[in-house]
Order: sequence, then structure tokens, then C-alpha cells
Amino acid sequence: MLCTAQAQDLASFEKRTTVKVLPNGLTLIVSERPEAPVFSFYTLVDAGSADDPQGDSGLAHMFEHMAFKGTQEIGTTNYPAEKVALAKVEIAYAAYDAELRKRVGQNPERLASLKKAFQDAQTDAQKFVIPNQFSLIAEQHGAVGINASTAEDSTQYFWSMPSNRLELWAYLESQRIAQPVQREFYKERDVVQEERRMRIDSSPTGRMVEEFLATAYVAHPYGRSGVGWESEISQVTATEAEAFHKKYYVPSNIVIAVVGDIKASEAMPILERYFSRIPAGPKPEPMTTVEPRQFAEKSVVIREATQPFYIEGYHRPDYRDPDDSVYDAITDIFSNGRTARLYRSLVRDQQIAATAEGFSGFPGDKYPGLFAVYAVPLPGHTPEEMRTAIHKELDRLKTEDITDEELARFKTRAKADLLRGLADNEGLAHQLAEYQTRYGDWRQLFRELDKINAVTKADVRRVANKIFVEGNRTSARIEYVAPQKTPKSTGGAE
Amino acid sequence: MKISLNNLTAVLSIALVAPFVTAQTTAKPAEAAKPATAGAPAQPWKKIPIPPLHAFKPEQPKRIELANGLVIFLQEDHELPFVNGAIMIRGGSRDEPANKVGLVDIYGQTWRTSGTATIDGDKLDDKLESKAASIETSGGSASTSIHWSSLKEDFDTVFAHTMDLLLNPSFNQDKLDLAKQQIATGISRRNDDASGIAVREAIKLAYGADNPYSRRPEYATIGSVTIDDLKAWHARTVVPNNIIVGISGDFDSAAMEARLRAAFEPLPRGEEFKTANVTFTDPKHGVYFVNKDDVNQSNVLIVGLGTERSNPDYYALSVMNEIFSGGFGSRVMQNVRTKLGLAYSVSGAYGASYDHPGVFYVIAATKSPSTVAATQAMLDEVNRLKTDPPTAAELSKAKDQVLNSFIFNYDSPEKTLNEQMTLAFYGYPSDFLEKYKTGIEKVTAADVSRVANKYVDPSKLAIIAVGNQSEITPKLDTLGAVTPIDITIPPPPGKPAE
Repeated sequence: MLCTAQAQDLASFEKRTTVKVLPNGLTLIVSERPEAPVFSFYTLVDAGSADDPQGDSGLAHMFEHMAFKGTQEIGTTNYPAEKVALAKVEIAYAAYDAELRKRVGQNPERLASLKKAFQDAQTDAQKFVIPNQFSLIAEQHGAVGINASTAEDSTQYFWSMPSNRLELWAYLESQRIAQPVQREFYKERDVVQEERRMRIDSSPTGRMVEEFLATAYVAHPYGRSGVGWESEISQVTATEAEAFHKKYYVPSNIVIAVVGDIKASEAMPILERYFSRIPAGPKPEPMTTVEPRQFAEKSVVIREATQPFYIEGYHRPDYRDPDDSVYDAITDIFSNGRTARLYRSLVRDQQIAATAEGFSGFPGDKYPGLFAVYAVPLPGHTPEEMRTAIHKELDRLKTEDITDEELARFKTRAKADLLRGLADNEGLAHQLAEYQTRYGDWRQLFRELDKINAVTKADVRRVANKIFVEGNRTSARIEYVAPQKTPKSTGGAE
Repeated sequence: MKISLNNLTAVLSIALVAPFVTAQTTAKPAEAAKPATAGAPAQPWKKIPIPPLHAFKPEQPKRIELANGLVIFLQEDHELPFVNGAIMIRGGSRDEPANKVGLVDIYGQTWRTSGTATIDGDKLDDKLESKAASIETSGGSASTSIHWSSLKEDFDTVFAHTMDLLLNPSFNQDKLDLAKQQIATGISRRNDDASGIAVREAIKLAYGADNPYSRRPEYATIGSVTIDDLKAWHARTVVPNNIIVGISGDFDSAAMEARLRAAFEPLPRGEEFKTANVTFTDPKHGVYFVNKDDVNQSNVLIVGLGTERSNPDYYALSVMNEIFSGGFGSRVMQNVRTKLGLAYSVSGAYGASYDHPGVFYVIAATKSPSTVAATQAMLDEVNRLKTDPPTAAELSKAKDQVLNSFIFNYDSPEKTLNEQMTLAFYGYPSDFLEKYKTGIEKVTAADVSRVANKYVDPSKLAIIAVGNQSEITPKLDTLGAVTPIDITIPPPPGKPAE
């Protein structure tokens, strides 16, 4: 059993971790880890793709890109003049868009001239831009791993820096939360379309997963593509991105964790000074849409000239469910390592799959997500064989208790994984921000082990019987179909 | 910036070209020369104080060389109650016979899954995973390795299993078959991923199709690998004078040294592993194309040969790389992505490896109709390396970026250990990183121009696009005569082609 050393338990973390909620509602967490003179931050905005407005899928992600475009002070040669120019871009775009969307009576000449006016307005606004200056300042001061991601549940920004740049970072981060500027918006929209083509349109598994989720959900936004549907990305505006920011990037919706070689007593006053400047706003209203109960299996079959694949998913409750850790247990028993059931059954013994895994909370877990299982068939094996083999394992969970060894292994690994994650500024900042957001208290990161330790064999069986039922299932598969040969000389290959 | 779609979509994707690793420290805060604009804003960030960085000298690992030639590095790290270890063994896929490509990968998998004479791999899985511990073997390009990790109280047990695996592996037929199936799956799926195709074929163009650094396993080459091949590989490579051991974690170095001496000193010295000399020739200049009709985006790569890190011009080339593609301020990012909006991902570098030439590459993915425009924009940036010397702002930005982030080369004991193991493996001096820093500090704009002119030669670069021909307008031949590449997967021996 694990004997947790003194330096890694909750009590020791409480001594070096400070939380402060500013008057504007923003939560700051500082955790001291003076191993090397560096720090990492993790800014978690409690809004993600699931919050995209109807008709504007991809907007949360689009805004995330825009958060690197600078502020009223950064990235501009003259903000007051640029502001006027950007307003003209919006007016010109609206006029062009209105003509473009006319169902009856669209005038091609008028459309062309409105398009030109829109392009000219952009050219005017571009004169004031110092491209990428925000990221450039960070890079020049030694920031590494500058990135952000948009998930269904949240949007996060992060990088690491030498610890003597803490104040500079606080300036940059508070600037982009408080006063981002939607400059170069329409070019960035093209960049995002390329991201969509890369991740979804030109990737067999990307296409399949998009169809899978769109099929699994009928009401909840988890069924919408996070990167956005092509047509919807193509019409979002800077005005809409601004509105999204105004509504969701309010301080009360944001937690920022900073971990590294910093002293809370010195750092907190600096952070307070910068982050207090962000104007307060009302916390966005909670989502009210709840995915209705599924009552019949739904399937997607893709027939194309790519290799076969199989995935299925079952709706489960959100992360606040008392059985949350039971799903973690099933994930561990199904997927973790070469002792995992799916590996042993599908890969090692039946030799029908190259990989087989189950995982929980897809595409998110803030709202009810899916417990999903997928398998990659070996050459010569079919998705149907994957499905049969997966169902056999799911049935086993329902009819037999898991073994003592499996349950003990899950608990031991959960503890060790928690520990292993603590010696890493970046990972720790992520965990602290996430637990603070989800539970209102970062300490839940450590208390989670109590929930895990309470899981019993009967719990696993009960939960398996509850969710792994036909009517709750959505599946998607790729069936290989030989390509239609189009004899063309230049293209060459098949 | 990325969007989370879980790991699922990454399951089958192939890793990108290993980018030129940029190294980086703290120098004086840099004030980039910026164009003074009339009515320029205040730039308040320049007034923010940058206090001196806390003094920090990373503890170097203790180096021990045994009489039999085995080298040990010990790196104490008492933050967490774990001990992690690695055994690096000379000889990798670059050294396997051409008719058995895939051997080292198969060896790396089968070694651990088979287990040893006393405990089979499956039982070892049970035993280790119940302790949240791991021992894993793998085959790489220049070496094979064993990595292990456990709580410190389990060190004795886990280390004993590691030594057992090193000295008494069993290599079983069923696990060999399992490994072959894994690789066969990869072969069968390799043409499903457009960027994977582009990277693979680009490396073949850069190095030559039969080069040990570019060839890929085929059904026939993995089919010919036998248990005896694995045993022979093991016997040939696992000798102490071909081995470097590194251990980090919560232990006492003196006690650990005694422990390791007892384990490794009895091993008799063997024949030193020598990697064969490989000849590298520049790719044949031209435009190459792979058609893939289920995509709406082209993956474009421009490739040629790069250099080695031992090259005295490595420092100037590193700064050139930063200017070219090091982050958001770089030329390709500023122009191809931000200014033209032609790509989401775009990058490149004049690559440098430790003991053979790296790859010079520029890569981007762009919508089918802009394939030619994006390629042209990428070529323009390559040419601009020669025609447009770095501006003062570009040079200071590039150097600041490398030097101010230099601390991230050694901000954890594990990084310091890995660095020393790698340098020792390739015979580089242990102060290579410090020299690198000094070298970067000295680089001038003239140095960057000189190396750009010396090394960047567009006539020695190949262009490859993987895309949907029916959507590509203007046509690719706008850029020159197009050579189609056949990527048909050769069927297993005795089976008809699909």
C-alpha cells in the first residue's frame, strides 16, 4: 500500500496553497513549488463549445483564437483609430452578409461591391495592427508551451515562464481577459476553417466522431461539433465574438491557478492589482437543456475506402453524480494497461483488435456525457466482431462481480496517479483550477480518493446494469468499401 | 490553438516530423527594436520590472563508469516517493537488415510482453500493475531501452524484475505474433491519414527511399522476423559497454551506487556496437504528389537534408530557425497563417540530429484550392531566408526567446538526467548545453545570413503535396512538373493486391 510521504498530502498542500476570490468574483490560486525558478499558469473559463449560441457553433473556439490577437494596449499602433476602423469592418460585413444571404433578389453587382467594401474596410483596419504582438511579448520573455484549448465544458489558456516574469504575465493575462480586441477576425476565421478541415473533414476518425456525437445527442449541445459546422463558422462575426466574451468571460466565471517558484505573500498582491481591474459582470445563467432519455439504439454506418473502426457510447450522468468514481473504476478495469479486460479479451486472447478501450465523460462531463468504448480491428476483422466482443465484456460487468484484484488495482493506481501528477507545475495548475471550478474547492482533488476508496464490487455491477442497456446505446462504425477506381494519370497513387 | 476532442481522434494519427529541438535561459530582458510609429501607444509592459531570476544551478547527475564499460547516471530527486529508471542500449531500427525492417520495433514489444524464464509477461503485468508500477521495453531508431517506475518501497522488487528481463528474456512465439499484428495494423492503416502520408513520403524524399532513417516496415519485412532474430539481436546488443543506465528519484546515491555495481559489474564486456556509415544525398528537386480523394485539405511539405548538432554553425542555424518558424513572431507563422490565413498549422526548421543529418522541412495544411498559393508562400519564406537578412528586431526576438526560456532545459532533475544520458550516448561533451547558450549569445545577423546562404538551397529541396486532385485549382503543375507517388501498400507475400 502507498505510504504517502508528508510532503505530498493535503495538509502540506494547504500550507503552500492560497486561494483568493477578488471583489470582482475572479478566483486566484497560488501554489508554491520552489523546485526551479519557473512557474506555470492555467486560466480556466467555465464556458466552452457547449455554450456556443444556437446557429453559431464554433464561437467559443473562435474566441479562444481571438484571445491571442492582442488588446487595446497590445497589438495596435493606435487603438482609438483602430476601434473606429474595426467598427466600419463590422458595418461593411453586415451589409455584405445581408446581401449574400438574400434568398430572393440578390444583386450580383451589389454583392461584389459590398464584398469589396468589406475587404477595403479590413485593409484599413489592418494598418493599425502589430500582428501577434501579444504572443510575441510572451515568447520574447521566455514563455514556453503557449497554447489554449476549447473543450465542450470549458476554455483554458496556459503557458510556463521564468518566475521573474510573474508580473509581466499578470499584465498580459489580465489585459486579454479585460479588453481583448477582435482584430483580424475574418482572417482568423479562415485559419479556424483550416483547423476544421484538418481535424474533421480530412480525417476518417474525425468525421466518424462528429457523426457519432451528432447522433448520440438530440437536444443537448454536446451533439454539436465543437470546432463548429463549416457553414456556421463561415458566418460568425467579430460582434458575436465580442458578445460571447462579454457574457462568459466575466471574472466570476474564471479561475486562475499559478504554480511554481513564487511566494503567495509576494505574488498575491501583484496578481490582485492586475486582475482586480477586470470589470465584474453577472455570472451567466446556467444551461437548462437536459438531454432527454434515449429509448432506442441509434447507429451510424460509414461505408468508405478507409480502414474499419467501431465505437459505441452510453449516456451517463454528469460528474456530480454519486457514482462518478464508479465510472472511473470501470474505465480503469476496461482500459488501463495490459491487465485491462478489453486488452486481454480483444487484443491478447481473441486477437481481433489492435487496440480496445473504454473511457468516461465524452465529449465532456460537466453535463451528462457518454461512457464510450472503441476498438480498432486487426486486418481482416470487422466492426461487427468488435461490437460482439465489447458487448460480451459489458455483459460480464453486469452479471459477475469484478475481482478483488481489479478493485484493489484501481484504487492503488488512482492514488499513485494523483501523486505522480504533483511534481509538475503545469499539470498541477490545471488540476487546481479544474477542481476549484467544479467543486468550489481545490481540496476536492485530494478528497476524490475517498470517493474512489468507497467504490464496491456491487457498485460496479449496479451501474453497469443501469447504463449498459440497448436503448441507451449509440454506435458508429466505418465499414471498408473498396475505392471506385478513377483512372487518372497525374494523380498516380491509390 | 487546439480543440479537445479527446484522444480518440489522435488514436491513429502518426507523429509529425520530430521538430528541431529548440533550446533556450535567462538573459537580460530584451527590448526589441520596434518601428517607432507616430502616436505609438505607451507600451506599458516595458515598464514592468523584471527582477533578477533566483539563482539556480541544477544538480548534475552523478556519473559512474564501471570497469566493463557500462555507464551509470544517478539523479536524486526527493520531491515524491518514486524511483524511475532507464536502460539505454546501443543499436536500433537504423541498424536492422533491410529485409527485416520492423525487427527492432517487434523486439521492443515482444521483449516485455514475453517476460522471462521465471515469470511470463502476463504475470509480470499483474504483479506490476497491482503496485502501480511499470517496466516497459521499446525499440527506437538508434537504441532500444527499458524504462521502469515504482514507488520507492517497491524499488527492490521492480528492479529485480528489470534485471531479470535484461538478462533472461524469453521471447515467445505468441507474443511475437501479437507484435506483428500490431505493426500489420499500422501498415494497413497508414494511408488513411493524410498528414501521416505526407510526413512519411517527405522523409523518404529527403533521405532516399532505402535510407535506414526513412524506410518503413512492410508485410513482407515483418513476416520474415523470427524468434531467433530477436534472440540474436538481444545477444548482440545487450553487453555492458553498449549500455547507459540512468536512475532518478527518491534514493540515496551511495546506497544506489552499491546496488547497481552489484547488479551490473559481473556482466562481461562484449563487442562494441557500431552503427554502419550511411551516405546521404540531397533529394531530387521537383514537385511530388499523392492523390487522396476523401480530403478537402492538402498537406504540403518542402524538404531537404539538414545537419548535425556538432556542426559549428549549429548555433547560427538555431537562431535562423527561430526567425523562420519559432513561434508566433516567426516569419512563417506571421505570413502563412496570420497574414494570409492559409493554414492553421505551419512550421519548419533546418533540422539537426546528433549523429546524422536532420531534415530541413516546412510543413502546412491548407484547403485544396489554395494548395499552390500556400506552397508558393512557403517557398517565398525559404527564399527570403537568403534574400532578407534578419532585422535587428527579428534577431533580438529570436535570441531572447531562446535565452529567456533556457531555464526550461533543466527545470526538473529528470530533464537534467535525460540530457546527460543523451549526450553520453552520442559522445557529446557534458557541457553541451552551456556551450549552446554561449554560442547563441554570440550569434550576429551576419552569422544568420551566412548560414542561410551556405545551407539553404532551394534547388536541393523537394516539394510534396498530399491532397484531393479534383479540388486543387490552380493545378499543382503551376509549380513545375509533377511526379506522382504510388503509395499502394504492397500486399503480404502470396496475397493479391486489393
